[in-house]
Amino acid sequence: MPQLEIVDLKANYGAHTVLERINLSVEKGEIVSLIGPSGSGKSTLLRVLMGLLPPIGGLVRIDGQVLDYNNREQLRRLRSQIAIVFQQYNLFQNMTVLDNVTVAPIKVKGRPRKQVEDYAIQLLEKVGMGAKLKAYPDQLSGGQQQRVAIARALALQPGILLLDEVTAALDPELVNEVLDTVRLLAAEGMTMFIVSHEMGFVREVSSKVVFMADGHVVEIGPPRQIFDDPREARTRDFVGKILRH
Amino acid sequence: MFDQILQELPRFFSYYNLLFFAKALGVTFALSAIGCIVGFSLGFLLAAVRLDTRPAGRPLRVASTVFIELFRRIPFLVTLMLVFFIFQGLNADLAMFTVALISVCLIATAFIAEIVRSGLESVHQNQWDAASAMNFSYLQTLRLVIIPQAWKIILPPVFGFFVLFIKDTALASQIGVVELAFAGKTMNNKGFSAALVYGTVLALYFMLSYPLARFGKHLEKKLAPTRNR
Repeated sequence: MPQLEIVDLKANYGAHTVLERINLSVEKGEIVSLIGPSGSGKSTLLRVLMGLLPPIGGLVRIDGQVLDYNNREQLRRLRSQIAIVFQQYNLFQNMTVLDNVTVAPIKVKGRPRKQVEDYAIQLLEKVGMGAKLKAYPDQLSGGQQQRVAIARALALQPGILLLDEVTAALDPELVNEVLDTVRLLAAEGMTMFIVSHEMGFVREVSSKVVFMADGHVVEIGPPRQIFDDPREARTRDFVGKILRH
Repeated sequence: MFDQILQELPRFFSYYNLLFFAKALGVTFALSAIGCIVGFSLGFLLAAVRLDTRPAGRPLRVASTVFIELFRRIPFLVTLMLVFFIFQGLNADLAMFTVALISVCLIATAFIAEIVRSGLESVHQNQWDAASAMNFSYLQTLRLVIIPQAWKIILPPVFGFFVLFIKDTALASQIGVVELAFAGKTMNNKGFSAALVYGTVLALYFMLSYPLARFGKHLEKKLAPTRNR
């Protein structure tokens, strides 16, 4: 049974259709990457999955259970099972690094502070931010902020981690420090759903690559198929343009 | 002129006149302080109601929007008259002070709600997204994430408003509330020189307003510190 299953999912921004009949599934321990041109709906798909944009059709199953985005209780449960890391990090600007990581487990889940902090420090050390516990987000570089954001998502102990173009806002020399952190999670068997423009990285870590264009899923396959032997003309066109330089 | 003022001084600062001024100062202070406190609390509440996008909050949202848009547009004096005649129409025999107090609270609430709304909205949408994605409730998001970041936008105009507002309470003299401006007029009518009377009134207004502005600065430092990068 897939850990996450998306069936005929449809979403609009106002009158504009941004996702059209999306079908795909993510198995436990899989790393599924979404690629495609800007505006193809990759990030929107992650926003819909998180319930930040309500879908207008289709359904999502988590561990086989159908999820209704209009039901607050079910939405809560979903958000306790899936965590997201945003392109712009979205760290809380008024909180220190440690508070950013601990605030949700303490205030939302009501877990004991001491235990949460110990775990948070452990996570921050894992992403290489153990020396910056008391720093504020605006005192950190983009790469550092993004690593804190990853630790914050992990502190929620999610079953699935969504990464929304986590390196897109970073200077080139900072990209690798974040990708290394993601590689670390991949090695631990974390189920991940990744939107990325780092094609080399996508090819290296993904179990499955999804190519999207104009709100549709065009092609799904293992990285070798998508990058070396795409079946669809649209995919071939995109991959050709990307790999040319 | 100075001779005249010097001559008047002992009579002006008589026990009863001082008492009269002290009482008037108390009334102005009460109108200002209660108006500021009630206005700040209710203003925050209305702003929070107005920003709540959940469908169930719609009736409250519309009500608070109407209230804010209405009372920000009616002149203070007209609000005073409105409150006065509405209570008279209801046959409620309210003291003039109470009428003035209700009016200042209505006005302060409407203005501060608008300041708070713009402050809350200045916090980037991505902070709301992150909070929602981590299951924060609406109130938790406001309390833990949005309001702490909005202080630096909210506080300067709020205290700017308070300073204007203290002066505006003088309009309560128009319905016969004996506050500072009214006291000044009365003393002037009694024959004391205008320079002396209004100089005193000026000093008393300053005494109310200046510490308030200082308090505002103090809060700004405390709640909205600018960190060095």
